[in-house]
Amino acid sequence: MIKDKLSRTPVSQQPLVVHKEEQGGIGSLVEVEINNRKIQVQMGTTILEACKENNIHIPTLCYHEDLCLAGLCRICVVEIEGMRTLQASCTYPITNKLKIQTSSEKVRKARRHILDLLLSEHYGECYVCHRNGNCELQSLAKEYGVDGFKFGHITERRHSVDRSSYSVIRDMDKCVLCKRCVRTCIDLQEVGVLEATHRGYDTTISTFYDKPLADVICINCGQCINRCPTAALKANDPSDEIWVAIDDPKKHVVIQTAPSPRASIGEEFGLPAGHSMTKQLNTALRWIGFDKVFDTNFTADLTIMEEGTELLNRLKKKIVEGDNSIKLPQFTSCSPGWVKYIEHFYPDYLDYLSSCKSPQQMFGALIKTFYAQENNIAPEDIVTVALMPCSAKKFECNRPEMHSSGFKDVDYGLTTREMAQMIKEAGIYLPDLDGSGFDDPFGDASGAGLIFGATGGVMEAALRTVYEIVTGREVPFENLEITPCRGFEGVRQASVKLEGTLPEWNFLEGVDLNFMIAHGTANAKKVMEALVRGELENIHFIEIMACPGGCIGGGGQPIPTSPEIRKKRAEAIYNEDRGLELRKSHNNPHIKYIYEKFLIDGPCGHISHKLLHTHYVKRGKFIA
Amino acid sequence: MLVSEKHGLTLEIEKLAEKYGRTREALLPILQEIQMKHGYISEFAQQEIANFLDIHPVEVYGVVTFYAFLSRKPQGRYIVKLCQTIACDLAGKEAIARAIERELNIKFGETTPDMKFTLEYINCMGMCDQGPALLINDDVYTHLTPHKTIEIIKSYK
Amino acid sequence: MPIMNDTIQFNVGEHRLALEKALKLAPQDIVMEIREAGLKGRGGAGFPTGTKWLMALSAIADKKFVICNADEGEPGTFKDRVLLDEYTNLVIDGITIGGYAIQAAEAIIYLRAEYKYLHHKLERFLEEKRENNQLGNNILNSGFNFDIKIRLGSGAYVCGEETALIESLEGHRGEARNRPPFPVNTGFMGYPTIVNNVETFASAAIIISKGAEWFREIGISKSYGTKLVSISGDCKKPGVYEVPFGISINDLLKMVQADEAKAVQVGGASGQCIPESQFDRKISFEDLSTGGSVMIFNKSRDMLHILRNFMEFFVEESCGQCSPCRIGNKKLLEGVELIEQGKCSYTYLNELIELGKSMQLASKCGLGQSSPNPFISILTNFENEVFSTR
Ligand SMILES: Cc1cc2nc3c(=O)[nH]c(=O)nc-3n(C[C@H](O)[C@H](O)[C@H](O)COP(=O)(O)O)c2cc1C
Ligand code: SF4
Repeated sequence: MIKDKLSRTPVSQQPLVVHKEEQGGIGSLVEVEINNRKIQVQMGTTILEACKENNIHIPTLCYHEDLCLAGLCRICVVEIEGMRTLQASCTYPITNKLKIQTSSEKVRKARRHILDLLLSEHYGECYVCHRNGNCELQSLAKEYGVDGFKFGHITERRHSVDRSSYSVIRDMDKCVLCKRCVRTCIDLQEVGVLEATHRGYDTTISTFYDKPLADVICINCGQCINRCPTAALKANDPSDEIWVAIDDPKKHVVIQTAPSPRASIGEEFGLPAGHSMTKQLNTALRWIGFDKVFDTNFTADLTIMEEGTELLNRLKKKIVEGDNSIKLPQFTSCSPGWVKYIEHFYPDYLDYLSSCKSPQQMFGALIKTFYAQENNIAPEDIVTVALMPCSAKKFECNRPEMHSSGFKDVDYGLTTREMAQMIKEAGIYLPDLDGSGFDDPFGDASGAGLIFGATGGVMEAALRTVYEIVTGREVPFENLEITPCRGFEGVRQASVKLEGTLPEWNFLEGVDLNFMIAHGTANAKKVMEALVRGELENIHFIEIMACPGGCIGGGGQPIPTSPEIRKKRAEAIYNEDRGLELRKSHNNPHIKYIYEKFLIDGPCGHISHKLLHTHYVKRGKFIA
Repeated sequence: MLVSEKHGLTLEIEKLAEKYGRTREALLPILQEIQMKHGYISEFAQQEIANFLDIHPVEVYGVVTFYAFLSRKPQGRYIVKLCQTIACDLAGKEAIARAIERELNIKFGETTPDMKFTLEYINCMGMCDQGPALLINDDVYTHLTPHKTIEIIKSYK
Repeated sequence: MPIMNDTIQFNVGEHRLALEKALKLAPQDIVMEIREAGLKGRGGAGFPTGTKWLMALSAIADKKFVICNADEGEPGTFKDRVLLDEYTNLVIDGITIGGYAIQAAEAIIYLRAEYKYLHHKLERFLEEKRENNQLGNNILNSGFNFDIKIRLGSGAYVCGEETALIESLEGHRGEARNRPPFPVNTGFMGYPTIVNNVETFASAAIIISKGAEWFREIGISKSYGTKLVSISGDCKKPGVYEVPFGISINDLLKMVQADEAKAVQVGGASGQCIPESQFDRKISFEDLSTGGSVMIFNKSRDMLHILRNFMEFFVEESCGQCSPCRIGNKKLLEGVELIEQGKCSYTYLNELIELGKSMQLASKCGLGQSSPNPFISILTNFENEVFSTR
């Protein structure tokens, strides 16, 4: 397995190592007194964690469950008896008996002062802000009953808004310098676009030389947006243009919806994480005025057919024909953040990527060709919108090569958050709606396409199909649930033995099909480094998703995010799959139909190559 | 920037990376040497350094912008740094500042067109008992008077 | 420029034998001697040096580091410069003794960029020490291996803060770390590290040379030994002086012939500003603590101008990571500007002083915890001049 590289996290932000000699070491219990209550906690627990476990609320701002500790906003300070200064509870590990006060006079005053300071520097007004109602700074102001600007209020912009990127917009005048985005970009994703620059009062989060985001090596994953407590980062929202298209009677506006937004959009309407809203969402979209509502899972199924076939072709060429120019392992290519990552960081390894487009782009190409023909609609009158959990999809649909239909295949990528906003704007409360299905000719798709949303899902879906193509039998897992593919371990590896192969696939008899799954580009980097070192010779297929947790944790998903929330969303998807009759891509009747009617030379054939496959750009790391 | 110059810089940075090690701890010494030799650390140099140390360019940029003695713009051959902290201030820094500005015909933060002098303020340089004081590159001058200062500047011209 | 007065510790007899003497002792004994002497850190914070060394000695690790903090950036402090320049041997021996005491093999002197002209001299000196077998392998045939490197700063006051210094050494922005863990457990590169001031190391060498008992006889209870003070501002004889702890401000002023003093800033920009009525207070860890800076202001000086200079310094030199310090100092500076313009209400002034107190409590490192000191002390002690009559 892949060795973990030494973490880049500064030593001070790594979990405290308690040496054995120190009072019993890790695992033993310590008694502390919080607000005069005696509490037992594990040695090394931070004060904040201890308080959480005991339902004592402490406000936080720079703290985020997914990220290393920073301890720099200071809003979480507490008073410890015998100490001259207040201590940040998020970073203070309990290793001995402490007497802690979480809301003494000093603490309350200090917090209030910090809050007043942050507000004085926070440009703009809450009611003209897209994070109104979901802003951590705003909630703090409410919590502390702030009713005025004690230290004045900044009235002029200090920075200009960076709107260069298709995916992420940065407004540094809303920034509170919590560095969550920095820790996301450098530590969690290892992309390294954002960092604190300058010092003192001039400290700003910025890109290299403060260049526009579009010009640096941002992969558009939007993970920074998900972790920004305020409105400093947001996705590039096309909903105004979509409204215009909807209101234009000449336009035929169709929308495809990916699996992950359905599993999370309820959160935007106040429901707890883990409620699937597929059917209600369809109704809402029709009410809003979309002419057709399609299921991206259909092209997810198609991706499996194409990508699975591509894999088998590669195996055949390599093993039977001995063609050494064929690259294995084959990497999935449906995550546009990952695609841009490899284009930047490993441009010499693009041949390992599957040439398949992502489901979003396959769909776009089909809508403006196949669908347009079948329904006699001029492709130029069709506007295709893609509802995605993802901010990188906005960049993807704007890639110049994504014009296989002769038009821009997908016109707009819309995130879950923006969709929820449109639904609210239309006066709809989503949970109240009755459900409805998807439109033909693509219809309802298989559960295999559905589970694309969670990390490991593409692999699981592909195995369900590949195994059956090769052996003629179903994958030997109970209820088709390929458990090694599931879970949230950063890098997973497993194998399935191919036995009893059909004659055509005899060369695979007895072969262990080895696969790997990684999510989050920091983990992708580990895999790529292993590949560069030549350690992945016997791996055949690797699924990589740019976002931690896969698409359910995508950069367009509802805020906040946490491991717990992502787990719930994944469960929602797996539950929905379990309940479906159709759970294998190759059994999807609509897929069969399209191969009979339109993609007549089959998976990876000539037509599909023109419409469903793509090529990549060697971008490299140099910032011009 | 010329291609050949770029390449020379790359080689230079590679040598420095060999000298100080290709780890993050080597960052400041490398930056300091580049700063000393070229008077500034160019955008290209920052990216190359990032490459050799396997860190991100923006991290190098973050460090360069943090430290007062590292600059991103070409500096004059002689960097005149006048101490602006209280002891020197009370000892008459203001008069010295005006005198230099007039003599070089530039303001603080600027460089003479012939790229000879850059004029900057710095914070306390530890010559409080002998103020006003200034640094020209690494050399220290103390007990300044406007006259004396002009003589010193002239000796560099 | 050497130390100005007849010194008590630094020139008494020869300290040349300190290193030899130390290497004959067990590391524990050195630590015990330092503890017994009651030596407290000379860099400003005054943490007991023996305790620090003991923690580092008992930490279990395959490597340990010694860092000599020569970043001397506090306005008005220049005694480390004099020590490094004139008493190089004492400092280097002190560092070596520290290394032996905690059983480290490597030391780094973090020299501020402004003192770069000392760099070559120090390097040459280290080379000499290596040739004389006082550094390097098997020092003075004791079996102890130890070497010292010099690393330059790049112009950042906050890098004098020990954890920011370590960050800087590791190639990062000089942003202070969270504590705990402390450097004695998790310091440079994650290894146990002692960070001490130049003067602390020199004092340690003196203690080993002359003994703890001798040392304890100087100074006053709880603040033993002498302190180097760097005196600047309005006086006839500015410079570095060695004084026993417990000396009063009055005596200091007499010594440097400052007749017109109305205010004394003790401890640099981040220290306290003392009015004439308090000139009988004493330099000591319990009363007026200082890393060495004493600045004298006479009757002609505008205290608000001085305060403004200090606050400008902090706005620029704050590392900018934590909110109380980054924004707070700016607000205090803006407050000074309001006062200058006669626009600051009494209520707002009090609000700013309260803010200052919160900054002292909630800032992440010593910079933000002490930067409100001049604001609060000048505005309380000189309210009449600075505020009421303006
Ligand atoms: C902002 C700031 C600047 C500091 N600058 C210095 C310095 O220049 N030199 C120094 O020895 N200590 C400085 N210190 C104190 C160090 O953090 C640390 O306490 C000291 O190096 C410990 O050594 P000592 O125990 O020998 O005094 C500074 C502290 C702060 C908060
Ligand atoms: S107190 Fe100031 S210098 Fe210290 S960590 Fe906070 S911002 Fe940085």
